Amino acid sequence: MNRMPLSFRFNQALRLCVAILITLVFLFPVYWLAMNSFKTADEIYASPPVWWPASLQLNNYLVLFKDGDAKSVFNSLLVASVSTLLAMTLGTLCAYSLARFKIGGDHLSNWIISQRMVPPIAVVFPIFLLYVFLGWVDTYIGMILLYTAFNLPYVIWMMRGYIQDIPRSLEEAALIDGCNPWQVFYKVVLPMCKGGLFATAIFTFIFSWNEFLFALVLTRTEVTTYTVQVTHYLGGQSNFWTKIAAMSVLGTLPVFIAVVFMQRYLVRGISLGAVKG
Amino acid sequence: MADLQILGLHKYYGNNHVVKGIDLSIPAGEFTVLVGQSGCGKSTLLRTIAGLEYADEGSVSIAGQRVNEMPPKDRDIAMVFQNYALYPYMTVFDNIAFGLRARKTPTAEIPPRVQRAADMLAISHLLNRYPRQLSGGQLQRVAIGRAVVRDARLYLFDEPLSNLDARLRDEMRGEIKRLHQDLGKTMIYVTHDQIEAMTLADRIVLMHEGLIEQQGAPLTLFEHPRTRYVAGFLGSPSMNFIPATLQADTNGLSAQITPDLSLALPTSRFGHLQTKAGMAIELGIRPEHMRRQGQSRDDVAHISVDIEMVQPTGSRTFVEFKLGSNTTVAELFAHDVHRSGERLALEIDMSRVIVIDPTTGLVIASGAPV
Repeated sequence: MNRMPLSFRFNQALRLCVAILITLVFLFPVYWLAMNSFKTADEIYASPPVWWPASLQLNNYLVLFKDGDAKSVFNSLLVASVSTLLAMTLGTLCAYSLARFKIGGDHLSNWIISQRMVPPIAVVFPIFLLYVFLGWVDTYIGMILLYTAFNLPYVIWMMRGYIQDIPRSLEEAALIDGCNPWQVFYKVVLPMCKGGLFATAIFTFIFSWNEFLFALVLTRTEVTTYTVQVTHYLGGQSNFWTKIAAMSVLGTLPVFIAVVFMQRYLVRGISLGAVKG
Repeated sequence: MADLQILGLHKYYGNNHVVKGIDLSIPAGEFTVLVGQSGCGKSTLLRTIAGLEYADEGSVSIAGQRVNEMPPKDRDIAMVFQNYALYPYMTVFDNIAFGLRARKTPTAEIPPRVQRAADMLAISHLLNRYPRQLSGGQLQRVAIGRAVVRDARLYLFDEPLSNLDARLRDEMRGEIKRLHQDLGKTMIYVTHDQIEAMTLADRIVLMHEGLIEQQGAPLTLFEHPRTRYVAGFLGSPSMNFIPATLQADTNGLSAQITPDLSLALPTSRFGHLQTKAGMAIELGIRPEHMRRQGQSRDDVAHISVDIEMVQPTGSRTFVEFKLGSNTTVAELFAHDVHRSGERLALEIDMSRVIVIDPTTGLVIASGAPV
């Protein structure tokens, strides 16, 4: 039997131990968050800490639904989904025209990505005034359009890269085979950059999902997103850790599910972006 | 009637004048090969015919109808691309059926037509595979299948074999020629490979710097080149060009290469050059028109040369030597010569040489019978 040398096996074991340790460090906050969402207030403040609650009671979640706070997760979901859909649709079309029809010369795409570099804090107040004027504060349309606008440069930049990688002859072959330019776009270009499409959509969705500053300034009661809702439980007198934990779990779940299903595209998207720069 | 008519076609890329006024008429059913070095405008010409590029000046007509403003899909053409242009997310069947579906062919008609095209190209067993599972040769067959499944008026090939290895290229060349004979369709084929051009074409259109240098049947171009460029482009190894001076005396006409080397030109073929005695010329000699002495008949010039390099290819052997001060290549029988340094008596078939005016680059006399 071909046996590995002892030093090699020792090395392997050591690596494995370190890997497990690192994983535990990273997973611990997730575990702690999830456990806290099932604990009672007493258990949260107990010392020594309670590693596993006495019973997995769902009271913390029920309260969120009873008080209507859980609606903020729905708000986040709606705003993030619709703005992702809009940004992907508009951005991909725009990227296609930039990549293939030389619209705006060589520098338009650089200008577009530079829009993403604006520090949000610099524009939040002007946007607030504009929204007051338009009557868009605390409305779905206001939040959706805002996130769409913020995501568009990213989508255009990423999709332009993916589309440029498609061999042109594929599109030309389709033109000759009987497609018009629109058919070429959805029969050839979209399937060819499917991976990039998913990866970009996930990043766009996550950005909208996690966004806090604009949501804090531009929402009141109607379309409060979950990131803002969580802060409502932090008070001067006391912090409602049970609610914070439960709301955070609710807020993490959709993204968690999305990432689990689209992990393959996500990894590819990250690595492609890295190479392209 | 001409299937394809091109008149005064010009194409610019920015300041770069790529196609400089092409007139071309291609009859129905003909296999035309556009050949030339890279950058000569042959691919641009093909893409303009396909509608993938716009003509800046001039007109393109297919079956008598001007198509300049017509999108590619309405021109009734099929095209095979150099890099195959197969859709990686579709099976071979779907790739071949793509054009039929895009043109709203009745669903029931599609499978038998795809099957027929696949049978023709011997790829029936690959229909359920994806392009990534195929070899280069198979990919090229599928790409051709995608073109022939359509009943197009004009078939365009843009260097379809240049990504294949030499052996596969020979094989596919035969297939394409057979396909043309079976289908009898008008085909236009772009290549930079003169062997492909010679073997496939009914007619070669040789392009140079955006213009047609010469067009005609392969052997016409080979034996009666209009210019030095055509003479040098066709043939492998390529023609030897030897600067010389035209001499006329009582013995007849000859080409003086050095003071002590003069090759007699047969008056039966070159007699009309008598009046041009004293003119500086270039003599074009094909490597295969030189032999070991004693193997040929009339109209030969005898030379004795020191072989500098020997390149055996199996059936033939190429040798290099100096004629005057010019490195010259001759194609001999495999065992005619054994090593470099050998002194060899050769004879040149002077009835097959061409005479070029070096100032214009035009061929002013050609020995081959018309």
